[in-house]
Amino acid sequence: MMSFISYLVNGISLGSIYALIALGYTMVYGIAKMLNFAHGDIIMVGGFTIFTAMSTAWCPVWLSVLIGIAVCTVLGVVVEKVAYKPLRTAPPLAVLITAIGVSYLLQNVALLIFGSASQSFTSIVKNIAPVTLGGVTISMETIISIVISLIIMVCLTIFINKTKAGKAMLAVSEDKGAAQLMGINVNATISLTFAIGSALAGVASALLCSSYPQISPYTGSMPGIKAFVAAVFGGIGSIPGAMIGGILLGVIENLSKAYISSQLSDAIVFLVLIVVLIVKPTGIMGKKINEKV
Amino acid sequence: MKKTTVNNLITCGIVLAFFIICGVLSSAGVLGSKLSGLLIPIGIYIILSISLNLTVGILGELSLGHAGFMCVGAYVGGVFSILVQNVITVSWLRISLAIVIGGLAAALFGVLIGIPVLRLRGDYLAIVTLGFGEIIKSIANNIYIVKDINGLHFSFASPVSGVDAATASDIFKGAQGIKAPQDTTLVIVVIVLMLSLIVIMNLVDSKTGRACMAIRDNYIAAQSVGINVTKYRLAAFVVSAAIAGVAGVLYSHSLAVLAPKKFDYNLSILILVFVVLGGLGSMRGSIIATIILYALPEIFREVGDYRMLIYAIVLIAMMIFKNAPYFKNLMEKIKALPIFEKLKPKQKVKTAGGESK
Amino acid sequence: MSEAAPMLEIKNLAIQFGGLKAVDNLNLTIKKNQLYGLIGPNGAGKTTVFNMLTGVYKPTSGTIYLNGENITGKSPAQINKHGIARTFQNIRLFKDMSVLDNVKVGLHNQKKYTGIEGVLRLPRYFKEEKEMDEKATELLKVFELDGEKDTLSSNLPYGKQRKLEIARALATNPKLLLLDEPAAGMNPNETADLMRTIRFIIEKFDMTILLIEHDMKLVSGICEEVTVLNFGQELAQGVTTEVLNDPKVITAYLGE
Repeated sequence: MMSFISYLVNGISLGSIYALIALGYTMVYGIAKMLNFAHGDIIMVGGFTIFTAMSTAWCPVWLSVLIGIAVCTVLGVVVEKVAYKPLRTAPPLAVLITAIGVSYLLQNVALLIFGSASQSFTSIVKNIAPVTLGGVTISMETIISIVISLIIMVCLTIFINKTKAGKAMLAVSEDKGAAQLMGINVNATISLTFAIGSALAGVASALLCSSYPQISPYTGSMPGIKAFVAAVFGGIGSIPGAMIGGILLGVIENLSKAYISSQLSDAIVFLVLIVVLIVKPTGIMGKKINEKV
Repeated sequence: MKKTTVNNLITCGIVLAFFIICGVLSSAGVLGSKLSGLLIPIGIYIILSISLNLTVGILGELSLGHAGFMCVGAYVGGVFSILVQNVITVSWLRISLAIVIGGLAAALFGVLIGIPVLRLRGDYLAIVTLGFGEIIKSIANNIYIVKDINGLHFSFASPVSGVDAATASDIFKGAQGIKAPQDTTLVIVVIVLMLSLIVIMNLVDSKTGRACMAIRDNYIAAQSVGINVTKYRLAAFVVSAAIAGVAGVLYSHSLAVLAPKKFDYNLSILILVFVVLGGLGSMRGSIIATIILYALPEIFREVGDYRMLIYAIVLIAMMIFKNAPYFKNLMEKIKALPIFEKLKPKQKVKTAGGESK
Repeated sequence: MSEAAPMLEIKNLAIQFGGLKAVDNLNLTIKKNQLYGLIGPNGAGKTTVFNMLTGVYKPTSGTIYLNGENITGKSPAQINKHGIARTFQNIRLFKDMSVLDNVKVGLHNQKKYTGIEGVLRLPRYFKEEKEMDEKATELLKVFELDGEKDTLSSNLPYGKQRKLEIARALATNPKLLLLDEPAAGMNPNETADLMRTIRFIIEKFDMTILLIEHDMKLVSGICEEVTVLNFGQELAQGVTTEVLNDPKVITAYLGE
């Protein structure tokens, strides 16, 4: 029972990281109607930035993380401006292929700079003893992941529902043309969305690399894809959906690792996705979109 | 003769000419062992790209799990060959049977995966095919088959229990994969490639192909003229899977050892790169792109390190050039210049001839 | 299927999207060889009616009979096989296919060779492909498009794209043709030309046509009977000239 609880807590911790990444997917999908395949690789770039800042430039932890988040944010906006913006009117297939191209590009740039071997990452929360609660030991990384994710989700929800910029994002995701007619700067809003999504990826990279202290050019792709699964699971375009989907997916993954097979846990995660998409393609919280005829 | 037929014949001619010339040069020793060794993989990759082009270019759906179907064919065909190694000793017969069995197995997976997957479209379909590809790879990574005096033992865990150790021999060893007999020869690859090419081109230039392209261009309009959308989507998907499976059989029989990790997401993407750069829907484009993109980095080693990077940049640039409104207008203007109007038909023949040398 | 049955009979047709009744209690009867108009202000639910008739939307309630046969709730492809073909308000051609191939896709269900016969190039493939080419060319001639057979359909000028869409619909050999704003975006000359073509289609193909139109000149010029929709409900129905002079209809169009 104790071990079950510890698996569960670790699952929630991993899931809250997925949720952060899934938020980026969901926001971008909602507003630009595209699957940003490169989102996972932005996490990897964030991880390497933090890694380099800490190990090569000897920056303090807080500064390294801030630099990592800043690099991710800028990268997300640049990618949108250079690669995705010219394709706003292009067929979805072209956009998807471009996104795959960007993902491939980021991976290979990292490969050329850092090589393909995994480097060990020093946790951002060094020397803090794990907490023991009623017989269950929980590491500091786990607690920090959960707390930071929760804070961010609350702030994001408030931002979107209460601020002007947040409402503009909602409006653009509903109808670009109408939003423009209402005087909303659509390009700026889309940039803002990419910036926020990528900044969240930056936060996620710090948490992910601390919990799993290794980094390689491929670090981002699997969590990225899984976070997309989480976003779909929760209902793409829905912010609470991304949070619930992320946490559920993290729990499913960790429990199946513990009780079924650690090697097949990825397969199980994908199986979840496939079942969800086939039974309820709109996810838990999503709404149905009809093609206009 | 119809224009399409002529074009298809030219495409077949390019492939045949390329392999005959290279084959002759290789046996004459001009080509060197390193380049000669590239011919079989090039042939296999061409089969993979034309089969993926059927899904992506003709049906208009992005499948990111092509390596998965290749994996099914590779291992089913490979295990078959290992099992009958001592019964059927004629290698061409053995691999022919393996090709049929591997292709059918991949087709079966195509049906099983296609039925749920093809209820989706676009991004969702892409991500689900990616998921299936990863599932197939993960499962293959955990398969253990051992043969002993009592027959076959199958397990998802190692070591396999209940095996008579004295007579045991490994057939499938999880992450280490299989050791299939090396039956693949250049002639067999070229024959299979030509057959696949003809099947795909004939299929495209028929009612079935037109139905698929109609679905690609406008889903709702295709339904409105009475096209059974599900049926044709599944048909194209399954044919594509089966041919990828056949390529897989050739692949597993061309290597000494084949581990499942080879069939990862990156392989699917690599094939997609060939297809996209060759031009969606153009079989000839896929063929030429595969030859060039596969061979060049191998020949120029210094390029090798940067090849993935270059692919990625070209992939993005290509999509932007072809689809961004600014470049689209620019291209229309260039095309409208009188010089190009005159040059057009000539240019085509020239590239066709140029490739064959 | 009885001889006396009307070509199309719609009974109490209704559809609801969430809480919104997009079309409510619509009744309509179209006789064979009739040219019937469905008109009404923007957002009145005309295209929604087309989408229900062609199976794109499933009606919430009500029934649709084609030639006496209940086709309510069937899939778009099945409904086309039963004999309804349509065009779209926002043109939906197969844009990366040639003009000829667009029409050949329309002929799809009339030829029986299988995919395997196609791959193996058996005799029936050649015979039926040739028949398809001839039939498609013949149809294109009707719309004076046979000179542009090999052009990519998206490269055609707007007016010709509308015509090609009609040709493609006719290729499916329908009993009833639904035209969604065929004159949209056309100049008066092109509209006049279109009116002649529509009359010609009725005679030559023994066709029944239901059309949605905004151009009142076109409607009063060729439609024998019309139904006016407003906010999803029938506002008036009957002989065109009478309906168009009905004060209720004028108010709906021009406001109070």
